[in-house]
Amino acid sequence: MRFFEYEAREIVKRAGIPVTDFGFTTDAAQARAIAERIGGPTVIKSQVLTGGRMKAGGVKFADTPEEAARHAADILELEINGHMPRGVLVDPKANVKQEYYAGVVWDGTAKKPVILFSDMGGIDIEQVAEEHPDHVGRVHLSNLMPISDHKAKECIAQTGVTGKALQRLTPIVRRLAQLFVDNDMVLAEINPLCEMHDGTFVALDAHMDMESEARGRHKQLLKDLGVGDDETRLAREPTPFELAGEEVDGSDHRGVAGNVTEFDGNIGLVIGAGGGSLTLFDAVRAHGGEPANYCEIGGNPSVQKTCGLAKLVLTKPGVDKIAVMMSIVSNTRVDIVARGVIKACLELGFDPAEKIAIFRIPGAWEEEGFKILAKYGIEYADRSVSMHEAARRAVAKIAGPDAVAV
Amino acid sequence: MSILVDADTTFIVQGITGREAVNLTRECLDYGAGAKIVGGVTPGRKGRDVHGVMVYDTVQQAVEAHGAPINGSVVTVPPAFTKDAVFEALENGITLIVIVTERIPRRDVAQMVELAALRGARIIGPNCLGIIVPDVVKMGGIGGPAKNAAQAYTPGPIGVISRSGGMTTEMSSTLSAAGLGQSTAVSIGGDAIIGSTYAELMGHFEADEQTEGIVIYTEPGGRMEAELATWVIDNDCRMPIVAFMAGRFMDEMPGMSFGHAGTIVEGKEDTATEKIARLADAGIVVAEEISEIPDIMKSKLPAHVEHLKPPGVSVPSWTRGGSA
Repeated sequence: MRFFEYEAREIVKRAGIPVTDFGFTTDAAQARAIAERIGGPTVIKSQVLTGGRMKAGGVKFADTPEEAARHAADILELEINGHMPRGVLVDPKANVKQEYYAGVVWDGTAKKPVILFSDMGGIDIEQVAEEHPDHVGRVHLSNLMPISDHKAKECIAQTGVTGKALQRLTPIVRRLAQLFVDNDMVLAEINPLCEMHDGTFVALDAHMDMESEARGRHKQLLKDLGVGDDETRLAREPTPFELAGEEVDGSDHRGVAGNVTEFDGNIGLVIGAGGGSLTLFDAVRAHGGEPANYCEIGGNPSVQKTCGLAKLVLTKPGVDKIAVMMSIVSNTRVDIVARGVIKACLELGFDPAEKIAIFRIPGAWEEEGFKILAKYGIEYADRSVSMHEAARRAVAKIAGPDAVAV
Repeated sequence: MSILVDADTTFIVQGITGREAVNLTRECLDYGAGAKIVGGVTPGRKGRDVHGVMVYDTVQQAVEAHGAPINGSVVTVPPAFTKDAVFEALENGITLIVIVTERIPRRDVAQMVELAALRGARIIGPNCLGIIVPDVVKMGGIGGPAKNAAQAYTPGPIGVISRSGGMTTEMSSTLSAAGLGQSTAVSIGGDAIIGSTYAELMGHFEADEQTEGIVIYTEPGGRMEAELATWVIDNDCRMPIVAFMAGRFMDEMPGMSFGHAGTIVEGKEDTATEKIARLADAGIVVAEEISEIPDIMKSKLPAHVEHLKPPGVSVPSWTRGGSA
């Protein structure tokens, strides 16, 4: 779960890392008041969870509080990459001598956090790593040992930084590593980390991303920051269709009908489970089909939950038919899914044989399931029909008999 | 032979009184020769039994009651308690741990994995279905009830490693139908950090005389496939590997996670496209469809394996035409 810059800076501040005297607001008049308090040139920054703020005009400099207010008013109205800003951050314009980079991420291969440090801050670290590898320090952290200064020091020293700068940077980088671990972050980054002309250091911008699975362990922090339980902070906001999917999933604790995601096509998908859904979605597209949605059913959902999901998909505008497909199931029961999707068709006044393009779920209780499907004249397939073949048949049916010949 | 487990492997089930764990215990006891489940652990439930398996309060009690070291544990406790359960198993001498639990924060997983490495133990998972040696033993929910598992898995020369539990069964079933049985199939879990990656299991398969080829199921996200490609080149791998890559559509949707927690396209290297290229560079064929895997594998298997295939593979009844 990503944090806005103003939240990330607050987290950095709480960890004991020096930050500027910034202010966050959703109101232009308040932006003026913050600029007055700062008392000098300021930077007004859009608070959006997307990159390219500067290019889009979401970062502006102001010499006076009046100018700060005007810029804030403009930026608050400015949409960037489809995101409206949460507010603006008003920051003192910094008198920077040098920019550094400090970050901590997971190394999935080493299975440890890795500290990254560079004396070339202010730009994308991946670019620095590619063009100037000798300017990037890397040190892994043990998951079991306490985090100590020497790890940070080694990382900084790898880039050739020494003297007072090394001494002053060490506790900052160590604290960043500590906050990464303490807050279950998957990314904690200060960029730029600035050395001012007076020799002090300050975190000028920060990116933080907390692991969603760990949110429950950080309720107090999230409450302090005003992050609501319902804020997913995904790459894009959920659509009403997706929210309805979540409602179906939450309606009943049995099984899962998760990750309902909206697409533009005409083939409704009732698919599962994790890997099966990924495979089937690809398979539909590989055969020229255009899915109306993505979803993952599994964990033996109830008739009610399956029915709810199928109804949601069947009533989505533009959906001609649904394809009900899964990889071989051992926990989920075939007959229960069959009952659920048939019930959905009947309750909506549709003929199941007409609306269900194909049913391909082999596995537990398949004999019972296939019996029910046969009774309603629905085309079904067992494991001898591959997932891709099932997807092909579904696509062909929806494209119509004329298209099948292709 | 097999890797990781065999008919003699003893194991416990931690969290055995949970609903899923009760089913899993039944399934493992029923499958093949019957798993040697020598105890279960649920704090506060000492003295109960689950399908004839005695329940203890602690792993220590289970080990004492068994009177000898216990090889493995299947951990099915809630995410908040998993780390402690795994530490408990490791501190009581258990060297193979299958973690079924989903949604464990990766810091916890990383801690478990690091302690396991210090203790010379191996973790499979989390968020996985475990290990199966066809017709012999299964450790975990893999393949489901014994009857269903027997329908999909058959003994033979192919090692299967998969980031998806369900797809482990789908792929093995496809291999079985084509006469290619499995030596061992391992569901390694779909999280970003897992106990055992492809590369970390390859050494076991490489050393296993029964295994002649490897089939893997892969997804976008992470660097595990690149690690495998490097392993194959560095170790001059003797076995052909055929891969299937699901979630290709995710390349167009960076920052979104589908299927498993570990699937997210963040950079260039973790896209499906990039991974396919990396695997191909290491001589690993990436099949477009699962149904193609058996033929690709047969074309790559060394000639002496032909006779290992079950003679005159009869088509089991369940593979006959299905559509109504």
